[in-house]
Amino acid sequence: MIRVALPHHLRKLARVEGEVELDVKGPVTQRSILDALEARYPVLRGTIRDHVTQKRRAFVRFFACEQDFSHDPPDTPLPAAVATGAESFVVLGAMAGG
Amino acid sequence: MSAVRLLVGTRKGAFVLTSDGKRQQWKVDGPYFAGWEIYHLKGSPVDQNRLYASQSSGWFGQLIQRSEDGGKTWEPVGNEFVYDGVPGTHQWYDGTQHPWEFKRVWHLEPSLTDPDTVYAGAEDAALFRTSDGGKTWLELPGLRAAKGNLWQPGAGGMCLHTILLDPGNAERIFVAISAAGAFRSDDAGQTWRPINQGLRSEQIPDPKAEVGHCVHRIAMHSSRPGVLFMQKHWDVMRSENAGDSWNEVSGNLPSDFGFPIDVHAHEPETIYVVPIKSDSEHFPPDGKLRVYRSRSGGNEWEALTKGLPQSDCYVNVLRDAMCVDSLDKCGVYFGTTGGQVYASADAGDTWNAVVRDLPAVLSVEVQTLP
Repeated sequence: MIRVALPHHLRKLARVEGEVELDVKGPVTQRSILDALEARYPVLRGTIRDHVTQKRRAFVRFFACEQDFSHDPPDTPLPAAVATGAESFVVLGAMAGG
Repeated sequence: MSAVRLLVGTRKGAFVLTSDGKRQQWKVDGPYFAGWEIYHLKGSPVDQNRLYASQSSGWFGQLIQRSEDGGKTWEPVGNEFVYDGVPGTHQWYDGTQHPWEFKRVWHLEPSLTDPDTVYAGAEDAALFRTSDGGKTWLELPGLRAAKGNLWQPGAGGMCLHTILLDPGNAERIFVAISAAGAFRSDDAGQTWRPINQGLRSEQIPDPKAEVGHCVHRIAMHSSRPGVLFMQKHWDVMRSENAGDSWNEVSGNLPSDFGFPIDVHAHEPETIYVVPIKSDSEHFPPDGKLRVYRSRSGGNEWEALTKGLPQSDCYVNVLRDAMCVDSLDKCGVYFGTTGGQVYASADAGDTWNAVVRDLPAVLSVEVQTLP
């Protein structure tokens, strides 16, 4: 089970509290997590990555295991701790705006 | 007993303000979508409980929300705004070409006849339409064919902020874009032509160019859709021929810079503007917040000040932040960047603050309810 931590505004949109738990088929990557997340919560489509290009929105970042994965290719496998659910995959809004 | 419902979009959420026909006591509901920029909300003219809202954020992009109960509850609908084909480039601030990039929806204009059909004005400027209640949006790309490569962003971005549907001609649509100008379609949005003859803008190389003008707002009276009024970056203008040509009607205004313009619900020659000192100082002249009213369709203007701050006032009133109801007497409303929403229940003669401390107001729409 993959654990995903969403920022406040996206939790409100998805109408969830706390972390989201997802079943992810195959390799655990940014893309496979986001595919599963958007399949479960269609309202999040377009809010984390662009509808067409599938690129991460500029002010969204991805952290896990105290590392920044925002700039990694979307199909790069994430750490085993994320894949086993020991650590959450964190989606957050960049610190900007004061 | 009639009632009014104000739909207020702000930098940090939406608010719904309701009152009876006297328009003296108000109930404030919200914030809805707290923390998000709500550029615009508007109700369907044929189903007043069907509302649409544009919700956006620099972090998480664009959403469109729909309400079926007059704003009590909302559901997100489609948010995929994709330009038709290869969108190409437009002019950037420095005169170079820049790729078209979707940023947000500035304005939502529900159809006059079908609650599921809505037009959306986008930044970077383009017109989208849904015919399924907001689930899917398709661009009307003929607009950008009207010399889109020469359009450029104004200070607020290259936004399509005004959409007027002709109540007497379902094929006719007007839009306005900063900084491109005004455009008209006579075939329901398939093809477009610039309607900027008579405009003069010193901020562009050819002041009388066919496109490139920073039009801030256009307005019409439903009984006379061929007569248009425009608040341009500088200059208040009037057209007698559906935009084919324009004449300046700034007259005795203390400044002809401003953003909103609107028309009295029952008097097609009575119009309202809010003069702002200049494009480099976005606040009222002399620190006095004054609405100006012309009862002659322009040129002769009177200041409306009763109930409005007449000293130390340095707010702005943005282009979508003024509206009129259809009660008798006509109600006039506007919101400020200081978070005040002012209401006049007597066509502008006197004003009261409905609320004083909202986030910066981006838009105000009113629904006149039975």
